Amino acid sequence: MTVLKADKTIDCSGKLCPAPIVETSKGIKQIEVGQVLQLIATDAGSLMDVPAWARQTGHKLIDSRQDGERFIYHIERTR
Amino acid sequence: MSKANPDGPKRLALIASKGTLDWAYPPFILGSAGAAMGWEVGIFFTFYGLTLLKHELGAEVSPLGNPAMPMKLPFGPESMQKIEWPIPTALMAVPGFNGLATGLMKQLFDKKGVSTIDELRRDCVDLGVRLIACQMTMDVFGFTRDSFIAEAEIGGAAMFLDFAADADVQLFV
Repeated sequence: MTVLKADKTIDCSGKLCPAPIVETSKGIKQIEVGQVLQLIATDAGSLMDVPAWARQTGHKLIDSRQDGERFIYHIERTR
Repeated sequence: MSKANPDGPKRLALIASKGTLDWAYPPFILGSAGAAMGWEVGIFFTFYGLTLLKHELGAEVSPLGNPAMPMKLPFGPESMQKIEWPIPTALMAVPGFNGLATGLMKQLFDKKGVSTIDELRRDCVDLGVRLIACQMTMDVFGFTRDSFIAEAEIGGAAMFLDFAADADVQLFV
């Protein structure tokens, strides 16, 4: 498994919708364009919500993977 | 890309007409989610929904008239938590039952990791969601500008429709 670099990490473990995308939207504003945000969530709804959030905002979902009960996303800020 | 401005963000227009704890969630969840996606969001609070703009949120929930509400315990052994308790309708009318049901729902939501209404409303404010109080129902129910949080705006039907006309999504809650 490749190790992905992240410039900032947000851990939403234990929180349900809409916390993961609300926190992601806050986090993405705290990094520069081209930098990568790592989101950790346990909400199964995030599997659908994070890609939808990326489609709507135009930021790039580089990778999503599962680690036990955690879902880990890497999102690049594009604008 | 709202209809009015093809280069602008999408727009979401919500009407919040109910003030109970259960129905307080949808407008604030959808509002904060839309704003988190970069959408322009406005929520029009009317009738009992107005109470969701008060400084102190006192939203309660009543199982009375909500026959499909699952009555489950948020604590105790797992086998107990899975049981849907059959509560006789007459018992739901007993004084104090609303408080009990409200307390249990808040505990259940907290345990599952859902933000409180207060937190969701704060998220909406932080993300720039417009919270619009309906002037007409304010007058009817005796609310004033001071009844509500500072971030609330006041508007009428035409103001909301003017905003909603250019919205990509319009929902009534």
